[in-house]
Amino acid sequence: MAAEQGGKIDPMHQFLIEPLFGRHWIVNGYDLSFTNSALWMVITVASLAVFMLGGMKRELVPGRWQAAVEGFTGFVQGMLTSNIGPEGKRFVPYVFSLFMFILFANVLGLLPFGVVPGWHPFTITSHLTVTGVLAIISFSIVLIVGFGRHGFHFFSLFVPHGTPVLMIPLIFVVELLSFLVRPFSLGLRLFVAMTAGHILLKVLAGFVINGINLGVGYAAIITLPSFVLMIGITLLELLVAAIQAYVFALLTSVYLNDAVNLH
Amino acid sequence: MPQISQITATYASQIFWLLVTFGLLYFVVGRGMVTRVVANVDAREARIAADLSAAEAARVTADRTEDAWRAATDAARATAQADIAAAKAQASRTSETQLAHADAELTERLAHHEVAIANAKAQAMANLQDIAADAARTLAAKLASVEVSEEVAADAVRRTTVHG
Repeated sequence: MAAEQGGKIDPMHQFLIEPLFGRHWIVNGYDLSFTNSALWMVITVASLAVFMLGGMKRELVPGRWQAAVEGFTGFVQGMLTSNIGPEGKRFVPYVFSLFMFILFANVLGLLPFGVVPGWHPFTITSHLTVTGVLAIISFSIVLIVGFGRHGFHFFSLFVPHGTPVLMIPLIFVVELLSFLVRPFSLGLRLFVAMTAGHILLKVLAGFVINGINLGVGYAAIITLPSFVLMIGITLLELLVAAIQAYVFALLTSVYLNDAVNLH
Repeated sequence: MPQISQITATYASQIFWLLVTFGLLYFVVGRGMVTRVVANVDAREARIAADLSAAEAARVTADRTEDAWRAATDAARATAQADIAAAKAQASRTSETQLAHADAELTERLAHHEVAIANAKAQAMANLQDIAADAARTLAAKLASVEVSEEVAADAVRRTTVHG
């Protein structure tokens, strides 16, 4: 978008983080500037809060909006109770915040805000820093709940029932490694899915623009198929946006189940 | 890829703002709003369950009332039928005794009348013999000029009557 004037479209430009208002806020040597990423975090949380406010009428017979909000809370609660059991209700505030934050961030990143001059949509979940922090928060909660409830007995999680005594050291190491990999896989999965989808869309958008610039003949050969493909992939990306949010929340609840119930 | 190449320059800002916004989200939306929405849903479900159980209880009560009513009706019907049977028996017994009384009275009166008839018949027979004896005496006096005493005439009449 911004690189159009150069004749070359950079599909990575959309991930660039820039401080807004051209100012850097340096606190204790750390750069805490209010960037476009921070702006979209604020937009995500604000739109989510507006969505939730619409469901706060708390009527006995819910209206459409309230039914939508209750549908989301009921969905998260159902996911937690089916994975963890009745105790899962304790984690509804966290997993709901997590699921809705990722879902809103993913979907907001796909919305065509670029048609407004001067606006660039930014997908915060396409940044490893953001997904990594969310994954670390989930993993920390699992560790806190696990060690808080079971103490060092939590390590029995790494020795499944019925393991032969001879195999215990090996299985323990394997299970520990798979456990420690969880936050990385959790954070990387979302980051990669979002990044890949947005790069693909931007590359196809580049084909569309370049095809038009090359003339009518090229436009028919390149622009039209690319545009049709873009429509399809945009729909696919909307699906991916919802699925990745669901996967993140689902895996968090599965890991929480390990911490609460220890297999 | 700016996510990697920019990471050292931007990680602090990203983490800081993510913690601020996500923390706000967790405490305001997650702990505040979601809890109340869930509480509302739970309250609604509890109310639906309570209403359903109340309806069920009312249905059970209605069934019980209907059963009690049916039992009461059956009992009343049975009592009425017993009363009817008793009244019928009473009535038939009364009529039987009255009939028996009337029968006995009639029989008695019949017997009286028969006695009276027999008496009258005997008296008539006696009178007939007297008349026959008189007639025989008169006939004997007129035809044979024989004076026959009353006793002889009566005896002759009696013998004739007895032998036919």
